[in-house]
Amino acid sequence: MIKLFRQAPLSARIGMLIIIMNLFVSIAAPLLAPYGETALIGDPWETMSAKTLLGTDHLGRDLLTRLIYGARHTILLAILVTALAFCLGTFLAFLAAVLGGWVNQVLSRMVDVLMAFPTLIFALVCLSVMGTSVPVLVWVIAIPAATRVYRLARALAMNINVMDFVEVARIRGERILWIMGREILPNALSPLSAEFGLRFCFVFLFISSLSFLGLGLQPPTADWGGMVRENAGAITYGIYTPLLPAAAIAQLTVGINLVVDWFLHRSAGKVPDEI
Amino acid sequence: MTDLLRVSGLHLEAVVDETHKPIVKGIDLTLNRGEVLGLIGESGAGKSTVGLAVMGYCRPGCRIASGSILFDGIEVTSATQRQKQQIRGTRIAYVAQSAAAAFNPAHKLIRQYAEGPIRHGFMAHGQAEREAKTLYKRLLLPDPDRIGYRYPHQVSGGQLQRAMVAMAMACQPDIIVFDEPTTALDVTTQIEVLGAIKEVTRKLNTAAIYITHDLAVVIQLADRIMVLRYGELVEEGTPRQLLEAPQEDYTHRLLAVRTFKREGQQVQHGTAPVLEVKGLTASYRRKGPNVLEDVNLTVARGRTVAIVGESGSGKTTLARTIIGLLPPTRGQIHFKGRALPMVLAKRNRDQLRHIQMIYQMPDIALNPRHLIRSILGRPLKFYFGMKRAEREKRIRELLEMVELPERYIDRLPTELSGGEKQRICIARALAAEPELIICDEVTSALDQLVAEEVLKLLQGLQDELKVTYLFITHDLATVKAIADEIVVMLLGRIIEQGAKETVLMPPHHEYTELLLSSVPEMRTDWLDDLLERRRQSAGAN
Repeated sequence: MIKLFRQAPLSARIGMLIIIMNLFVSIAAPLLAPYGETALIGDPWETMSAKTLLGTDHLGRDLLTRLIYGARHTILLAILVTALAFCLGTFLAFLAAVLGGWVNQVLSRMVDVLMAFPTLIFALVCLSVMGTSVPVLVWVIAIPAATRVYRLARALAMNINVMDFVEVARIRGERILWIMGREILPNALSPLSAEFGLRFCFVFLFISSLSFLGLGLQPPTADWGGMVRENAGAITYGIYTPLLPAAAIAQLTVGINLVVDWFLHRSAGKVPDEI
Repeated sequence: MTDLLRVSGLHLEAVVDETHKPIVKGIDLTLNRGEVLGLIGESGAGKSTVGLAVMGYCRPGCRIASGSILFDGIEVTSATQRQKQQIRGTRIAYVAQSAAAAFNPAHKLIRQYAEGPIRHGFMAHGQAEREAKTLYKRLLLPDPDRIGYRYPHQVSGGQLQRAMVAMAMACQPDIIVFDEPTTALDVTTQIEVLGAIKEVTRKLNTAAIYITHDLAVVIQLADRIMVLRYGELVEEGTPRQLLEAPQEDYTHRLLAVRTFKREGQQVQHGTAPVLEVKGLTASYRRKGPNVLEDVNLTVARGRTVAIVGESGSGKTTLARTIIGLLPPTRGQIHFKGRALPMVLAKRNRDQLRHIQMIYQMPDIALNPRHLIRSILGRPLKFYFGMKRAEREKRIRELLEMVELPERYIDRLPTELSGGEKQRICIARALAAEPELIICDEVTSALDQLVAEEVLKLLQGLQDELKVTYLFITHDLATVKAIADEIVVMLLGRIIEQGAKETVLMPPHHEYTELLLSSVPEMRTDWLDDLLERRRQSAGAN
């Protein structure tokens, strides 16, 4: 980990710091927030002062508190969803790659069909029909995300599958789960972890978008996308309030992208400028 | 007379992170017009690096640290990009090791030939095509007027290699750098390409730098030879000088490769054969052509049976069928007297254990994320259910058997050299305590000196453990050294088999004769003699 930090260029280091800060805030939220998540402490849309460091939102709640709790809810939810998508996508992908044949065909075609749905429409329809509870929200985002992971993981697994060491394991008589978990997975981890970061960004943005549309995390739960929605009216009065949660979304996305860029740059070859 | 090329004090280094590692340490090289210089050495000696540096090109991550490369008055190390582009292709050309990787599969051969002269502004398309056909004829390609209009995948390996030589000659360069041009070819094809190279360089008075690890090949072509090792010059001289009076110990060893012989093994009468293959026929698709046709084979215990053939002969397919990865359409396999299920999934653990396989390329035969401890420990756990303490002990014993230090137990495969990795593969096969080990071209990817050590190890292990080897190879020198019995395969059939002495002595099957005569010998006039003989016999027919 430390070695990774030392090797990284400045942009990746900034990215890593941003991610670490965000993670820290989301985990330590109850300790850091000055007020309660839903406590009304002043007038709507107050400006920055000693009492409220970033001002208040449209109901009079402390904006800083809301941002901190928003970080917690959105980030932790996004991590859960991405992890779920990864487990599901990677497992099915490796299965398809190792077993081949009709298993591969059926799974891949199912994934193709799912990918044909625009993700937002898919999510909106499901959420409208099945309600906006957290489990539904989780699955409605995880399943389309899993299809993207499936694509990548299957390509990786198919490359590794043809290596002689996998054949050695097969000839020995190893079972499918062993081959998937002990032979293929360790060799696929590097590009998969870069994909994890990227996917997390998309999931995170997706949750915020859904909340902005009113179908994600429901009020009074703090959520950055939802906060942009709630405070949007302030713009008409020239008040900066909705820009803060929007900026929060931007900084995390940029931070993750900086790190993922560097990961991808490391695993891909470098092209010389002059031959 | 001024030299065409003079390299003085060339130092090249690899730059990794902040460290500079020297790869070529002070090479001096001169080349006259029309002269063929052989650069020979093992992998890592720096020969390809020097060959490319002559054109002012360094692989990514490397750079020229110091030294001068004077090509016909031009100092290449300080040339501008533009100047280098004018030299490359037109005055110095490069023929890569793998023709398949050097050609664009989406364009016809003749178009790729014409690309060079046209882009450099020498001639128009029509004239380029005419010249191409002349060169193809000179290089003895079949159907020279039409072969250029094919795509790379539609011609054979040897033909593609010659097309690449033609492409290099398109702009009539002063120097051609041949980088292991025949290493990837079968012995019989190699002859044709070598003959073609010799002919063309003589006729057009082109100078050449011939890079290879095969001393027997380079003495057929070169006027002078430089032996490289670890980026330094070991010895330099004419082929005759090197053959008759090598100065350095290293050169001696290169010359003596594969001369160790094995004392004939006594056949143990009365023991059941370990493996019996009867009437084996296999194909990849249900109605497809047969890749194996009626193969019959018997392997006795403790013997080494060598299966020889060129690419496409079916030897690897035979191995895969025996091991259970490719079910045959007809025929049976009997192991230790009992019938062996054809499909891998139907075999029991004991049957799986007793037949082990070692692969050609140790880099991909070992999982780069597994420690040596896991690689060797897994078969012990899987087949014998050994507990950790016992495994540790056994792993150390195995490492000792393959002559590797105990501390390797905590290493990853990427931290080992090619020869060491192959020893780990051998140890892994031995861990299962098998009856039969199938060695699929296990020394083909190794340097000759390293390969020799591995072969000696395999011999020693056989003497000690009485394990049986099925040795698949295309290299006749190896076969002469270690085999007890030889099986010659061609196009999926066995055309000759028997004890080593019987097969190697005439009279032979026609193909065996061809194969045996195609192995380069350590004589400078071997190639010329062979080509002359073949021309005569072709003329007589």
